[in-house]
Amino acid sequence: MNYYITNNTATQAVAIKDIPEVDYAALYDDLKERLKQEQYHVAHYFATPDENRLMFYIVLLDDKEHQIMLARFAMEYYDDIALPSLTALHPAMHPYEREIAELYNVKFGSMPWDKPLRFSENRRNRNSTIDNYPFYTIEGESLHEVNVGPIHAGIIEPGAFRFICDGEKVLHLEIALGYQHRGVETEFTSTDNRLRQTLLAESIAGDSAIAHTSAFAATIERLTDTAVSDSLATERIVALELERMAMHIADTGALSMDVGYQLGQVACEALRTMTINTTQAWCGNRFGKGLIRPCGTNKPLTKEKIDMILANVEQIGRRYAEVSDDIKSSPTLLSRFEHCGIVPRSEMLRIGGVGMAARASGLVRDIRSSHPWGKYATETKHESISQHDGDVMSRLMMRCDEVQQSVARIKSLLEGYTPETSSARPDYECALKSEHLSFGLIEGWRGEICHVALTNSEGKISTYKVKEPSLHNWLALALAVRGEGISDFPICNKSFNLSYCGHDL
Amino acid sequence: MIYSKIKVLHSHGWQYIPDLNDVTLTEEFRGRPELTVTDDMSDVEAAAKLCPTGAISTAPFSLDLGRCLFCGECALRAPRNIRFTNDYKIGTTSREALVVTPETKQIDFHPELVRKEIPKLFSRSLKLRQVSAAGDASIEMELNATGNVNFDFGRYGIEFTASPRHSDGVVITGPISKNMSEPLDICYAAIPEPKITIICGSEACSGGLFSESKAIDRHFIEQHHVDLWLPGAPTHPMTFIDAVMNLIGKKQR
Ligand code: SF4
Repeated sequence: MNYYITNNTATQAVAIKDIPEVDYAALYDDLKERLKQEQYHVAHYFATPDENRLMFYIVLLDDKEHQIMLARFAMEYYDDIALPSLTALHPAMHPYEREIAELYNVKFGSMPWDKPLRFSENRRNRNSTIDNYPFYTIEGESLHEVNVGPIHAGIIEPGAFRFICDGEKVLHLEIALGYQHRGVETEFTSTDNRLRQTLLAESIAGDSAIAHTSAFAATIERLTDTAVSDSLATERIVALELERMAMHIADTGALSMDVGYQLGQVACEALRTMTINTTQAWCGNRFGKGLIRPCGTNKPLTKEKIDMILANVEQIGRRYAEVSDDIKSSPTLLSRFEHCGIVPRSEMLRIGGVGMAARASGLVRDIRSSHPWGKYATETKHESISQHDGDVMSRLMMRCDEVQQSVARIKSLLEGYTPETSSARPDYECALKSEHLSFGLIEGWRGEICHVALTNSEGKISTYKVKEPSLHNWLALALAVRGEGISDFPICNKSFNLSYCGHDL
Repeated sequence: MIYSKIKVLHSHGWQYIPDLNDVTLTEEFRGRPELTVTDDMSDVEAAAKLCPTGAISTAPFSLDLGRCLFCGECALRAPRNIRFTNDYKIGTTSREALVVTPETKQIDFHPELVRKEIPKLFSRSLKLRQVSAAGDASIEMELNATGNVNFDFGRYGIEFTASPRHSDGVVITGPISKNMSEPLDICYAAIPEPKITIICGSEACSGGLFSESKAIDRHFIEQHHVDLWLPGAPTHPMTFIDAVMNLIGKKQR
């Protein structure tokens, strides 16, 4: 089958007319075979109204050849035929097909998990509401159900978890999401104010503000033919790696807390504070809001700030390494973290796991190495870190190692770096190319983030789609707890730390 | 094994902020803005147009912190008229008091507007339940940080509980999604009287970027008395700490 081929270093958006329009049957046959091979996975698949048709777009990634492959197909809006489900063959496709079904009432024949994805405000079936989510049930005398949420015990976002347990042992966990749905994608298209769109990107998932805004900026820059300067490219990677450090350290602290390891908890709290205060001293916000902007920056690095960042990351790296060493040499911690919440590599692959959690299971999905952009594509080639066991310990060790890798990356980018004397300011006015498809593909701390924008004939964003890595990885959490004691759920959950709002949009 | 722990402890040192009343944030931090009227207000008009949440009014000139996301872009667009200071003491008792005018030199906190029973009952122990209603996680992390090793708000007996039944009030974050509006009502009903309501973050104060979204349902705010409004995107832990201390009468701004 014919795809439009591009890659993540492309500086230009793709004219929609250049994306081959195929038959669903051809796409189905092609994906059926292709997705059996590990080198391929789908970064986005969505439908959007196009006059009186429904146009489906697919963004397929070829990790081996570092290519991004685009195709589309159309369906008459009122067609009542069922499309054969790809989820039935490749469970990784489930969130995409569920979203399309929820929004447009498209039927997927033999879809094994035909359930609403997030109860969006613009869903077709108004009778399906979040409080009557069709949870899976199992009958049995020794079984009981445990319901957690939507509001949880700690200060975290809402989501409903239904466990089916046999005694203490979890047989099945189902996670119902959608409580956080704000209508993010619709808001992108209901405004022309580019700054407002930028802030929407920042709020997709506040703990990944830098990663999501980087994806947005890339999307806009491809639509405006803006070349990213060398220093902007450098500073964006520094910001992204600071965000990764902050969240990996925060999660190390959270895991420590859940097993009663107070020393690790408080040490990580302090180190996270130091990391986010570094970001704050750079841009005025602890989460990097205000730092990434399309086509330029308001917060170019200065000599003083570079020195401050270098000194801080050096210290954070050293102190965090001491915590990692302590974890590794504490048998009481190892006995909680090891062999707990295992997701084998084969399962990760089957469900389409991405990012850090996939790498913990030995599945190397990492946009920095498979589809490098910016500085990853030129100066600082990225060597992905991975683990084998796919347990809580592996996910924790991913964090320990990736923090050190981020420290090294920031140092290598900033040591000897002289910022440009006058760097480009953000541009909120420049016109977007009309009838184009653009994308932003970034490896955030959780994993692969993919934004896709379509513009109409007036050069306005007519469709904006966001893919958060959590969209795939929530299912990995559900599988991880199978067979575990329910009391291990908190550490399994923290070991993934997935986004609710990024999923629910 | 013990050696590695001593090492962590040694490097960790002493982290907690000794006096929470004496904290100055970095100059870069964007807190309370200061507004200046100039003869030519065209920059303000341009800034008002640029503002993503319509927080700026031109006639008369004002900036509503309840809508502001502290992106700082207006100050870059109208540098003579808008300047952000690092003053984080921006939480207060009424929604109207969040509107900054050229006369505003600080966000006033009016202790007389606080319900009498609040300082009386809660000045030595205040347990709060947090409900995220489409908060974007940054604000939830900041609330968590109030209890961490640096801020240690627990030293005043102020903590977050795991159940509404054990709490004295609710802290709401996020613009309040439709899908969360019912769970929020149920949670609120489970809190024993008298109960405090704290609205945390500009998104919670006004809906922020989502104020016009059809996926939002803000009936809760219309139906209940709010004791504390805290702007921010996200609200800085110090903003939260300062405002709550004022609310329970432990401090006067
Ligand atoms: S800082 Fe606040 S008032 Fe200024 S543009 Fe941003 S949101 Fe609007």
